[in-house]
Amino acid sequence: MTQQQALYKYCLRLGDDALIQSYRLSEWCSNAPILEEDLALTNFALDMTGRAQALLGYAGQIDGQGKTDDDLAYKRGERQFYNHLIMELPNGNFATTIARLLFTSTFEFYFYSDLMNSADATLAAIAAKTVKEVKYHMAHATDWTCRLGDGTQESHRHMQSGIDHHWMYTGELFETDEVDAILQDRNIAVDMASIQQRWHQSITQVLKEATLKIPAGEHMQSGSQQGIHTEYLGHILTEMQYLQRAYPEAIW
Amino acid sequence: MELMEKAGKIHEELLKSFEAKIERGDAIEPRDKMPDAYRKHLIRQMSQHAHSEVIGMQPEGNWITRAPSLRAKQILLAKIQDEGGHGLYLYSAAETLGISRAEMIEQLHSGKAKYSNIFNYPSLTWADIGAIGWLVDGAAIVNQVSLQRTSYGPYSRAMVRICKEESFHQRQGYEIMAKMMKGTKDQQEMAQDAMNRWWWPSLMMFGPHDSESPHTGDAVKWKIKRHSNDELRQKFIDKTVQQAEVIGLTIPDKDLKWNESRGCYDHGPINWDEFYRVIGGHGQCNKQRMAHHIKVHNEGAWVREAAEAYRLKKEKQLLHS
Ligand SMILES: [Fe+2]
Ligand SMILES: [Fe+2]
Ligand SMILES: [Fe+2]
Repeated sequence: MTQQQALYKYCLRLGDDALIQSYRLSEWCSNAPILEEDLALTNFALDMTGRAQALLGYAGQIDGQGKTDDDLAYKRGERQFYNHLIMELPNGNFATTIARLLFTSTFEFYFYSDLMNSADATLAAIAAKTVKEVKYHMAHATDWTCRLGDGTQESHRHMQSGIDHHWMYTGELFETDEVDAILQDRNIAVDMASIQQRWHQSITQVLKEATLKIPAGEHMQSGSQQGIHTEYLGHILTEMQYLQRAYPEAIW
Repeated sequence: MELMEKAGKIHEELLKSFEAKIERGDAIEPRDKMPDAYRKHLIRQMSQHAHSEVIGMQPEGNWITRAPSLRAKQILLAKIQDEGGHGLYLYSAAETLGISRAEMIEQLHSGKAKYSNIFNYPSLTWADIGAIGWLVDGAAIVNQVSLQRTSYGPYSRAMVRICKEESFHQRQGYEIMAKMMKGTKDQQEMAQDAMNRWWWPSLMMFGPHDSESPHTGDAVKWKIKRHSNDELRQKFIDKTVQQAEVIGLTIPDKDLKWNESRGCYDHGPINWDEFYRVIGGHGQCNKQRMAHHIKVHNEGAWVREAAEAYRLKKEKQLLHS
């Protein structure tokens, strides 16, 4: 694998994470328990769509085949997507979504904080912008985790089940392969082991404050780095790519 | 008896000072005395306006996950957030009149409060997102620009702020239509079809003809309403016909023609039977929109309760520390 190929795939992973998570959050439009939350969750979706655009656009440049951000978002199939599985899982109820957002935004906060120091100037710039956004996503998810965890019995139960439900998808966030190795050698990619440590520390603290339990030693799901997904991704793509697929000649 | 006479006199004087203020063109502020009917009229109108912003998120939200490009998705997401923000802003403005958001939502669910009829039409294709932005927001702006000079201070200030964003929405909707009209034959047909379905309902947004409008009397006297339904409708038609021509869309009204002597367009008859049928609850989406809002609200009850329980818990802890 060349450095160019590795960088292309690295950008697709990050771009796909943003794209697919933004898809899920945008489904909250007109569906949130309070108008303020409707706006907050779709606003995060908006941040993430912008991030996806930047990362997929950059991936297209690296690839050098003239593919645009939209080509990469709307014209790849299920097996060519590299987002982490956790991003594509259905929203569930409000607590389920908050649990996922807690896990992913905390991950993204540490990840992009480190990526700001990447030797790749474009990635470093995207990271600098992203950190400001995900800091806010993380604060929001943390607040709600505490509110729901330490709110009523019912909300505690929902929050704990959201945490339990997503737990087995969190290990994958820190997986590395040849792509990471090649780029880390050149100070482009970040060190996942260090991020995992900080992530674990932070999550442990938040869950404790929220009177929630950390799920114990479960098997972790995996597959996205090989483009092997849950059954849910295909349905997302079906809906998301519908117009681009049905009218391939059209410009929107 | 004496007491009642006194009270009556005070009441009369307050009413006089209120009317004098209106006469001078001064804004009425939340702490000012105002006739009950004025307050009631404003609550009805402002809560209806707020509900419209919120219910309107449904037909537009219907296309977020299918937006055909990353840019289109961002514009639509941002637009719908603006609308939700308008809803929040209008709910707060209405709360200055002594009603809570929870009460307003209750009235929406019970059918006592209304929302704009236009959102009882379905958004069927991507072109509908263009048509809603261009025509529906376009019609809303005409109404809201006029309301910038409405007599109630908080409402008029809300309108000033909201109008800026609405004109963005209108331009973005128009841009979607323009792009489609420059595109493939399929896209052009899609755009024209959306135009055909949204044109007449947009005209109906201004309400019945002046001769038929039941709410006009007091609202005009109190300067809540500054222009009549027909005046506003005419303004909308005149600015929109030209915009349609520029991008090659046909207005679905064979009677539409420029009237040299009036200096504006004449239009064909509006189907008021349809208007009253949809207002009466028989539009395609009336039941769907309301059922959705009620379901989401009820399903979210445990979240709101948890937030409140947590707030109280933290307050108590603060008190004891
Ligand atoms: Fe509006
Ligand atoms: Fe609005
Ligand atoms: Fe708008």
